[in-house]
Amino acid sequence: MSYLGYPDFFKPYIKKVEETRPARLEKRRRGEEFPFMSLKERQEMLKYHPDYKEEGRREIKVGPNKGYRIAHEFVDLLEAKSRIDPDEVDLSRVDYETDVLVIGGGGAATIAALVAEESGAQVLMATKLRHGDANTMMAEGGIQAATKREKDSPYYHYLDVMGGGHFKNDPDIVATFVKRAPDALQWLENLGVLFSKFPDGRLESMHGGGTCRKRMHYCADLSGMEIMRVVRDEARNRPNIKVLEFSPAVELILNEHGQCAGALLYNMETEEYLVARAKAVIVATGGAGRLHVQGFMTTNHYGATADGVIIGYRAGVPLSFMHTVQYHPTGVVFPEQIEGWLITERFRAEGADIVNVYGEKFVNEREPRDVESARFIKECLDGKGVPTPTGKVGVWLDSPMLDVLHGEGRVRTAFMGKWKVYDRLGIDISRAPMLVYPTLHYQNGGLTDNAECETVVPGLYVAGEVTGGLHGENRLMGNSLMDIVVFGRIAGKNAAVFAREKAREGKLTLKHVKEYHKELKEAGIKTDRVAPMLLPDYTSPEVKERQLTVSRPGTSR
Amino acid sequence: MSAKAKKKKGPTTTKVQEERKVLEAPLIPVYVMGKRYEVPEGLTLMKAMEYAGYRFIRGCGCRGGTCGACGTVYRKPGDYKLQVALACQKTVEPDMYITQIPFFPANRAQYEFAELISAPEEVFKLYPELFRCVACNACTKACPQKIEVMDAISALKQGNIAEASRLSFECIQCGLCTSRCFGELAQYHMFQLARRIYGARIVSRAEHLAEMVKAVNEGKYDDSLNELKRAKKDKLEKLYQEREEEPVTAGEDWKPRDTTYL
Repeated sequence: MSYLGYPDFFKPYIKKVEETRPARLEKRRRGEEFPFMSLKERQEMLKYHPDYKEEGRREIKVGPNKGYRIAHEFVDLLEAKSRIDPDEVDLSRVDYETDVLVIGGGGAATIAALVAEESGAQVLMATKLRHGDANTMMAEGGIQAATKREKDSPYYHYLDVMGGGHFKNDPDIVATFVKRAPDALQWLENLGVLFSKFPDGRLESMHGGGTCRKRMHYCADLSGMEIMRVVRDEARNRPNIKVLEFSPAVELILNEHGQCAGALLYNMETEEYLVARAKAVIVATGGAGRLHVQGFMTTNHYGATADGVIIGYRAGVPLSFMHTVQYHPTGVVFPEQIEGWLITERFRAEGADIVNVYGEKFVNEREPRDVESARFIKECLDGKGVPTPTGKVGVWLDSPMLDVLHGEGRVRTAFMGKWKVYDRLGIDISRAPMLVYPTLHYQNGGLTDNAECETVVPGLYVAGEVTGGLHGENRLMGNSLMDIVVFGRIAGKNAAVFAREKAREGKLTLKHVKEYHKELKEAGIKTDRVAPMLLPDYTSPEVKERQLTVSRPGTSR
Repeated sequence: MSAKAKKKKGPTTTKVQEERKVLEAPLIPVYVMGKRYEVPEGLTLMKAMEYAGYRFIRGCGCRGGTCGACGTVYRKPGDYKLQVALACQKTVEPDMYITQIPFFPANRAQYEFAELISAPEEVFKLYPELFRCVACNACTKACPQKIEVMDAISALKQGNIAEASRLSFECIQCGLCTSRCFGELAQYHMFQLARRIYGARIVSRAEHLAEMVKAVNEGKYDDSLNELKRAKKDKLEKLYQEREEEPVTAGEDWKPRDTTYL
């Protein structure tokens, strides 16, 4: 039948984990850690990381980053046509008029909207799905900020961010980030975000992969959801923030002075294209997990399809760090229903071991995410992974240790979100370990900006996962939630100022799209692909063969 | 991306395709809004609808049980009882009838958060319908998160904002409780208000955070950060590797040896 809720197939493997658990617990209690890799060893290990597979990428043939080698899935979309023929769009007929247009509906977008509104702007948010449907909602682990002066400071946060990103991050952006992080956290506290606290108000904090101080703050294991709920609630209170749902931007609109002056929106339900004119634009469309780079499963939201990267690139904004994609080390491999799902790093941060098929530890649980993922992949390639009845492989995350280390009930209370999901499937993760493997999690790179969230296009600001620079080649846990707060606020403020002081009246144009089409043609790219793709397509091949008319480029099917 | 484009994409078998192979499981009948489809056993309602040929615009979000986009009601054959689930979480059962409720027009009060004080009357004022609750418990039965919705509403009625916040913390605001409510309460909006009052006005503030913000604003870390910004890669690498690690098992009282950059 089953053992601890898993099919009997797993019984001998789980027994192995149970056998080695007491000795491993003893080591944990003594504070004995599995040694970290040296920087050189880490570099060696990264050969096993999917980013380093040359056959997984190719050069982009057009645009500001011509010649840059990134994943095929991204190049496919960058080397695709617009959903519309620019000549067919009547830009003189304006459907929406606003000071600041925010494209996106997640954490960065909402926070930018709030601050732009506070700075005196009329704000229009245009988002693809519902307001709040975003990766922010799914972030579990926490949010980093140096808040405890007796042991931490922005100095150490800076070092951790840089080390995680292989020292390639943009130093200005990182410095602004670590400096503004504490204030951003307080801003959330003021809005009523329920952080996990001690009774005296002191924030609970813990480690994440690659941190030297316990700097990760959290709201149980629903940190992103709590933050998203609160900022969305606040946005709904503001009369000067209007939200258009199910209306993604499919192109940016410039004006004759070269400023960004709006976007072409697509009502996915009525299939109308609508013109939104603005004095400044913020792109905060999030990530790209639903492109399933190299066929990996993803933890990402349904709408994570790189839309902002595509429309920004067409408008002339270069890309940074798009050659790296983050695979979260611990995605669920089994049970099938939740395959690809994120298991927060906090399990490891709190002391749950990673073990192989022999119940042995083989890695420190707090290596940076790319190194940790690469190490898991190597262990499985070496034949020391745990097989599943469905032909997959993974490693164990020994969650029951936490109830022993931190007291009975720890898993259930500190990880209630995850506990419930597994419980619905008949598995009690305070008694049985979880089987995990790396899963596509985060777009490390994106549109290039500076510490003021400005791009090369005047009036165009960017914030959050769609940008590249802060995280370098690899993001640390807890820095994405802080990214959206720090830079959402900066983008909102600066866009409002631009709208008030620098925006000029001028004729609207989609000339850049025409030029992009021309460039595609000159590069010899013949394709019927259109981008942004907006939604992934999970229709089965059998159904697809019978759908004779849905592949018409540009329709929502 | 169009269907044609996808076909051209090359021969690699993706994990997604592999998953499909796994799904060559026995087919079972389900009724999507009354229409019969045969889908593989073991799929979630969401994946089953996609398997049948639906492509979601509404009713699909995080696909991980936290966003509340895919609230669904269903009924099993021979059972009068209407049940609820998240389409991304619940697996299909033979002959079930399923209907999504992707949006529910619930009443939400507009308020100036800065002006709210930590009094239960704030909630009563904004949501007087709170007292229309007849304690029928339909909300609790309709919650896919298994939140004790009615208990949380009772706590609010008694003015216990802290208890309502605690009980409702995992609310994903899908609106299924509201869809079943006899008194026509929008429970999830009320809970949101309660949690914000609790978080900002009742829970003790993080004093250490305020101190850090003050220190940053006074420029205390400007010099050390400028030093790092200017540092060459090898210098940074050295500083990085020499960082003193706070042990995982350390308590709140842990202090580093080197305090130069604190």
